[in-house]
Amino acid sequence: MIKHWFSLKSLVMGAAIAALIFGVVAPKVITNAQDGSTDWQSIMAQRGLTEADLRAAVMTYTPSGVMDEYVMFASAGQGGQVLAIGMPSMRLLRLISVFTPESWQGYGYGAGNEILDQGNIDGKEIRWGDTHHPALSETNGEYDGQWLFIGDKANGRVAVIDLRDFETKQIVHNPAFLNDHGGTFVTPNTEYIVEGGQYGLPLGGDYAPIENYKDAYSGMITFWKFDRETGRIDMSKSFAMELPPYWQDLCDSGKSVSEGWVFCNSFNAEMATGGIEKGNPPFEAGVSRGAVDYLHMINLKAAEAVFQAGGAVDVKGFKVIPLEKSIEAGLLYLAPEPRSPHGADVTPKGDFIVIGGKLDPHVTIYSFAKMMAAIAAGPTEKDAFGVPVLSLESVMETQVELGLGPLHTVFDDQGYAYTSLFLDSAVARWSIGAEGYRPQDGWKLINKTPVQYNVGHLAAAEGDTATPDGRFLVALNKWSVDRFLSTGPLLPQNLQLIDISQPGDKTQILYDLPITGAEPHYAQIIKADKLKAWEVYPEVGWNPATQTVDPRAVTQGTEGITRDGKNVTVRMTAVRSHMTPEHVEIQVGDHVTWTITNVERARDATHGFAIPFYNINLSIEPGESITFEFEATHAGVFSFYCTEFCSALHLEMMGYMMVKPE
Amino acid sequence: MAANVLSPSNSSAAPNTAASTSRRWLKWLPSLLYLSAAVLMILSTALPYWAMVLQAPQYPGGLKMRVFVNYITGDEDPKMDEVREIDGLNHYIGMKSLYDAARLERSIAIPGVILMIALLAVAAFWQRRWTWLLTVPALLFPFIYLADLAFWMNHYGQNLDPYAPLSSSIQPFTPPILGEGVIGQFKTVASVESGWYLIVLGSALIALGGVLRFSRRGARSSD
Repeated sequence: MIKHWFSLKSLVMGAAIAALIFGVVAPKVITNAQDGSTDWQSIMAQRGLTEADLRAAVMTYTPSGVMDEYVMFASAGQGGQVLAIGMPSMRLLRLISVFTPESWQGYGYGAGNEILDQGNIDGKEIRWGDTHHPALSETNGEYDGQWLFIGDKANGRVAVIDLRDFETKQIVHNPAFLNDHGGTFVTPNTEYIVEGGQYGLPLGGDYAPIENYKDAYSGMITFWKFDRETGRIDMSKSFAMELPPYWQDLCDSGKSVSEGWVFCNSFNAEMATGGIEKGNPPFEAGVSRGAVDYLHMINLKAAEAVFQAGGAVDVKGFKVIPLEKSIEAGLLYLAPEPRSPHGADVTPKGDFIVIGGKLDPHVTIYSFAKMMAAIAAGPTEKDAFGVPVLSLESVMETQVELGLGPLHTVFDDQGYAYTSLFLDSAVARWSIGAEGYRPQDGWKLINKTPVQYNVGHLAAAEGDTATPDGRFLVALNKWSVDRFLSTGPLLPQNLQLIDISQPGDKTQILYDLPITGAEPHYAQIIKADKLKAWEVYPEVGWNPATQTVDPRAVTQGTEGITRDGKNVTVRMTAVRSHMTPEHVEIQVGDHVTWTITNVERARDATHGFAIPFYNINLSIEPGESITFEFEATHAGVFSFYCTEFCSALHLEMMGYMMVKPE
Repeated sequence: MAANVLSPSNSSAAPNTAASTSRRWLKWLPSLLYLSAAVLMILSTALPYWAMVLQAPQYPGGLKMRVFVNYITGDEDPKMDEVREIDGLNHYIGMKSLYDAARLERSIAIPGVILMIALLAVAAFWQRRWTWLLTVPALLFPFIYLADLAFWMNHYGQNLDPYAPLSSSIQPFTPPILGEGVIGQFKTVASVESGWYLIVLGSALIALGGVLRFSRRGARSSD
């Protein structure tokens, strides 16, 4: 027996077992016992993270210096601004002031006043906006990364942002109307920027008693002509259409087969006028009383021809096609839609229009081909104003039941559509059963991803273009409730990044981004490499308002202060780390015109410029030249200085403005 | 028997056509080398002779300054004037503007190059014993250029404004004209560039031409 113990075979076996124990098992036991705090698995355990969390982290984590793949432009609601957010990292890259003064960019504090003033209405200074729907400029139905447009729901205005420097260049207002919602949306080659109105109003800002609502109030849609050469909206080639006062809501431009048409849903076909205090049904009940509202189908091509042929009338200096003219020329058709819906979203191929039920658990899908056939066949019904109404059966493709509160629909590259479900606090993924999408699945709900909470709009990567990218979806949630540390009763919005790259029911929330400062209402997500922003302004002396070199720009060596009676001109340069001149001596009663040119060429060498008391602060980016004016009303010594930490001698970058008493 | 000097296998007294051709060719080879050097010198004026890259955390791509025979400029990308940027940084340590360096040398550089080329041409076509002296300026030019560069670098590094903001932390220094150096948070990397390599190649050709001309002359005179 003993001999057997020492057999060669036993030795080999023994050695193998020993090797296994010391080589494989022991090190593992030792590592685990040592509590390796640098090891990612133990970090995961310490923080209580799951494998799904790790997957989310790996999909979104973007190391320092690595660029994001997408940029999301989100409106900032009542903040009157636009946010640029990198994706998938969800890092905030830039705040763009549009309708509201903002001191970091110096917007409204010495610079940008002429642009803000374009947004004044009837001489009334308006210094905020309710930004709703950003729209990137498109070429052939694809984002081209050149321009961004944004509407102001509160005052019915539209702004143009140049994506070379991410700054607002123009604000326009249709004087015939004072609010909007269905804007901005562009036509497939950005010929027009669509701004749909919302709450019915008397045209031109007139007064009319609410009792005359049906006769004296109107709806409105404005088509702003965009001129790519000048980078501005051309007011003289822009026009509007009067619509019934049905509270038009969201609009979308047709594309491909439906190019030349514009679609808007509406939600007050009842023409409810509220008055809860008078014993009337409140608006919330009144506008939802009827079983149906109206999808508006607008033939923009034909409307343009009517406008160009002089078919529009003048309302406060703006051309508006009257409703009777639209009916007569066949510019406008209606079709019933489930009561008080939201959204009119055109599918990537332009062949269907999806309406979210809001108070109805379905999305209703309309076929553009059926619409054309129904129009050709001749509508049999008319609404209260004589607008032809197509029957629902004649234009509806199908309905898909998704859940409670369907609002807004976007699309991906797999033939899926995504609809936000406000009441369910979820995002529904459903298959578009038509040819070219997912005929294999048919029209049906695939899954619902719970989101936190009360989701409004959705944005998918290039999700409203002719060729969506898929991959990522963002739910713009109105409420965050318990998602973040409490900062008091005012809570941030919650933008949730969702992975939609895999088919079927595999969707995952990857990241929560709290947005403070306002309510991001709607967003568009563009491939980052389509954006060609300048690193610094192209030439020294650049005026961003005109995108040319400003003749008033100052070069080094030519600085100085000149006086012509009470008019003083200050010509100043800024470079690390001094402003020239450093002594500015003026007198009470002077009108001061002050130009500062940042002569820097290094990327990020921005200088600020503040004059205390006089309420001036500028951001002068490399190459930029800014000219501002003020009245020297108060005597004293004012230490002006650079407000953007620019260099080791930033604190020394200052000077004195000495205002002598009269 | 001069014809046989470079064709020792040929013992015949009869003139050899091939040998005669090679002899004529050899006679003009040094001239050809001089003229080649002149062409290289012309080409070099379009290329940088020397460059310095300044690297610091806040300039991820570095700041590159290139020195041509008659001017100073930044890198190939025209978006930014790197020399002005470097000047802007240098004012913290009290260094004078680089645009003011070697003004005289830069102003006479092109006439100087033309003169050296003219001298090379004279030396190429006027084959006298002493005309090799005409090639000396071009022969030494690459080294004179570097010596002058070193002079200016030293002059700039040693003559800092004592009242400059960073004068307490950056003492006068001599930046290396080749290889790496450190100034404040900047690492500098200096190197000779394509233009300088062309004129060095030209010098080698001139030297070879001189040796050939003298060896041929020597062989003929010993014949």
